Amino acid sequence: MGKYIFKRFLMMLVTIFIIATLTFFLMHAVPGSPLESDRNTNETVQANLERFYKLDQPLHIQYLSYMQSIVTFDFGPSIKDPNRTVNELLARGFPISFELGIITILVAVVSGIILGTMAALRHNKMIDYAAMAFAVIGISIPNFVLATVLIQQLAVNWNLFPPATWTSPMHMVLPVLALATGPMAIIARLTRSSMLEVLTQDYIKMARAKGIKPMRIVLRHALRNALMPVVTIMGTLLAGILTGTFVIEKIFAIPGMGKYFVDSINNRDYPVIMGTTVFYSAFLIFMLFLVDIVYGILDPRIKLHKKEGDV
Amino acid sequence: MTGKQIAEELARTRLEDGADLDAVDHTGKRGKVVKPKKHKTVTDERILSVQDLHVTFNTYGGTVQAVRGVNFDLYKGETLAIVGESGCGKSVTSNAIMGLIQQPPGKISSKGVHFKTRDLTKLSKKEMRKIQGVDISMIFQDPMTALNPTLTIGEQLTEGVKQHKNLGKAEAKERAIDMLKLVGIPNPEERLKQYPHQFSGGMRQRIVIAIALICEPELLIADEPTTALDVTIQAQILELFEEIQSKTGVSIILITHDLGVVAKIADRIAVMYAGKVIETGDKREIFYNPQHPYTKGLLNSVPRLDLAGGELKPIDGTPPDLFAPPTGCPFAARCPFSMDVCTNVYPEVTALSETHKVDCWLQDPRAQKLIDEQAFAR
Repeated sequence: MGKYIFKRFLMMLVTIFIIATLTFFLMHAVPGSPLESDRNTNETVQANLERFYKLDQPLHIQYLSYMQSIVTFDFGPSIKDPNRTVNELLARGFPISFELGIITILVAVVSGIILGTMAALRHNKMIDYAAMAFAVIGISIPNFVLATVLIQQLAVNWNLFPPATWTSPMHMVLPVLALATGPMAIIARLTRSSMLEVLTQDYIKMARAKGIKPMRIVLRHALRNALMPVVTIMGTLLAGILTGTFVIEKIFAIPGMGKYFVDSINNRDYPVIMGTTVFYSAFLIFMLFLVDIVYGILDPRIKLHKKEGDV
Repeated sequence: MTGKQIAEELARTRLEDGADLDAVDHTGKRGKVVKPKKHKTVTDERILSVQDLHVTFNTYGGTVQAVRGVNFDLYKGETLAIVGESGCGKSVTSNAIMGLIQQPPGKISSKGVHFKTRDLTKLSKKEMRKIQGVDISMIFQDPMTALNPTLTIGEQLTEGVKQHKNLGKAEAKERAIDMLKLVGIPNPEERLKQYPHQFSGGMRQRIVIAIALICEPELLIADEPTTALDVTIQAQILELFEEIQSKTGVSIILITHDLGVVAKIADRIAVMYAGKVIETGDKREIFYNPQHPYTKGLLNSVPRLDLAGGELKPIDGTPPDLFAPPTGCPFAARCPFSMDVCTNVYPEVTALSETHKVDCWLQDPRAQKLIDEQAFAR
C-alpha cells in the first residue's frame, strides 16, 4: 500500500508540473499583461514596473522563477493588488470554497444514491417515475439558471433563505442546492440502472434463497456492487463541481477562491493565476486519488498494490 | 449431528469410493437401506409433496406457461433428480418451491406445495424467510456468479446462521470453519477472510454448498450444481453430495440435464417435458425400462462407450411453444409413435409399479402395441 501511494504521489507531482507548465505558456500566449491599463502610463514607469516584476526578462528565465515559486510554494504578491500575497488569497478563499465543495459533494452523493436505490427498488412504480423525472430535470438545468431561480423564489419571493453570502448554515442552503442538483441527478440515474442490474445477479438470488432480510440484501449485498459505476464517474463529477463553484460563488457573492481565479485571468495577474491554478489542480488530483482508494475498498478484486502469495 | 461431528467423521471416511449404478441394491420399495456401504437411508417420512404446481409468467409477448401441473413427492434422505432439456420448467419448479419466483410477473397456483406439514404457497414472505436457508437450501448453477464478489467468504457463510439461529460472532465463525472442513476446503480459518475471486471454480462450488448446509437444512435443492464445472471437478462435487447426504440425511432435489450425474447419485428420477413430469420412477426403472418415448429418446441421445461405432440419435423437432402449449401430449409432434388421440387429449397417469409412473397413451390397453425394440433398432 505504501509503495502504491508513493507511486501515485510521484505521478501527481508530474501531473502538476505539466499543468503548471501549460498554464504558464498559455498565460503568456494571451495578449496583454498585468501592467496594461486604460490610463496612459509613462514609458519609464512602465519599464521600471516590468523590471520590478521581472517581466522584461526572457520567457525561459521567467518560467524558471515561476517554477521555483511553485516548489517553494511562495507565489509572491499579486500584481494588481500588491498589498496581498497569493498565499494570503488562497488561505482566505480556500476554506470557504472547500466547505462549499465538500458539502455539495456529500449532499449530491448521499441523496443521489438514496434516490437511485429507491427508484430501483420500486422499479416501474410511482417513486421510480418521479425520481427519474426529477433526475432528468436536474441534469438538464444548468446550475447558474437554477441558482437564479432559487434566489428569486426561495429567497426573494418566499423569504425562506438569505439570497447571498456565506455566513451561517442557512446561507449555505441555496448555493449547495444549486450546485448539487446536477451531480445528484447523474448519480441517481446511474445508481438506479446499476442497482437494477445488480438485483438480477445470481448472488442476490442466492442471498434471497438464504432467507436474508430484504433490507440487508439491499444494503450489504447489492449497494456495494451497484456503487462501482458511481465511483467511476465521481472523478468527472468532482471536476464539474469544482468549476461549478466559480459560477456559484460569483452568483451568491461567496468570498471563495473562484473570484480570485476568474479575476486574475481577466487581469493577467500572473502570480495569482499560477497560484490558483496549481492549487486547484493539486486539489482535484488529490480528490481523484481518494476516489481510486475508495474504488479499491469497495471492490476487493481491484488491487491497488501487489501482494506476495496472492493466487 | 453437528457440523463438527460430521466433519470429523468425514475426515475418517473420506475417499471411500463412490457407488455406481449397479452397486445400488434397490427393490423399488421404500424403507429399505439403499446403499448400506455409505449408510444412506431413505425413509418413509415424506418431506416434500408437490401437487399440481402451475407457474406462469406474464410477459409483453403473452403468458408463458412454464410449469403446467407438476406432481411429485420427496422422502427423507432421498435424492430425486429432475431431468429434462432446457426450458422444460425444471428450474422454475425449484424456484417456485424455494419461493424465489417474483410475483408479478410470475404467478403460482397449486393444490399445495407441502414441506412436511406446511403449505409453502400459503406462507407470507416473512414466514418463508424462516424456511429459506434454514429448512430448505438451494445450490446454484454457476459458482462464479453465485457468490457476492465484494463480501468475504466468512461473511457470506455466517450471515445466514447469525440471522436465523441467533449465533454470536465467535460461534458463527466456528460453525463456518466446520462447514468449510466438511466440504473439503483446507486452511478454513484463513480462507474465511478471503474473497470469492481468490478461489477456483470447484472451490467456490464447495463454498456454495457449505453456505447451503450451514443451517442444517432438511431439503437441498441443487439447480444444475455441476453444469458450470469441468468434468474432474464434477465428479468430486458429486461425491461430496453423496458424502454429505450419508452423514446428514438431507433430502436432495437435483435439477439437471446431465444423465451421467443422475446415474451417479439419484435414487429416483422425474423426467420433465414442456412443463410437465411425463415419467417418474426409481433409477433402475428409468434407465433400464423407460416407457415414455421422450425418456427413451433422451437416453438414446447420450453418448455411450459400450456401444462402439453407434451414432448419437437426437430427438427430431423442438419442444412446443409454452405461450400456447398443445392440449394433448406436448411430445406428440416429435413422437415416432404418435396417434390421433395424442394430439388431442393429455394421457392419464399409468402406474407400472409403486414408483414407476408414466403419462403416455401407449400404456392404454386400447393402444396398438408398438414394439419398443423396433424403435431402438430404427
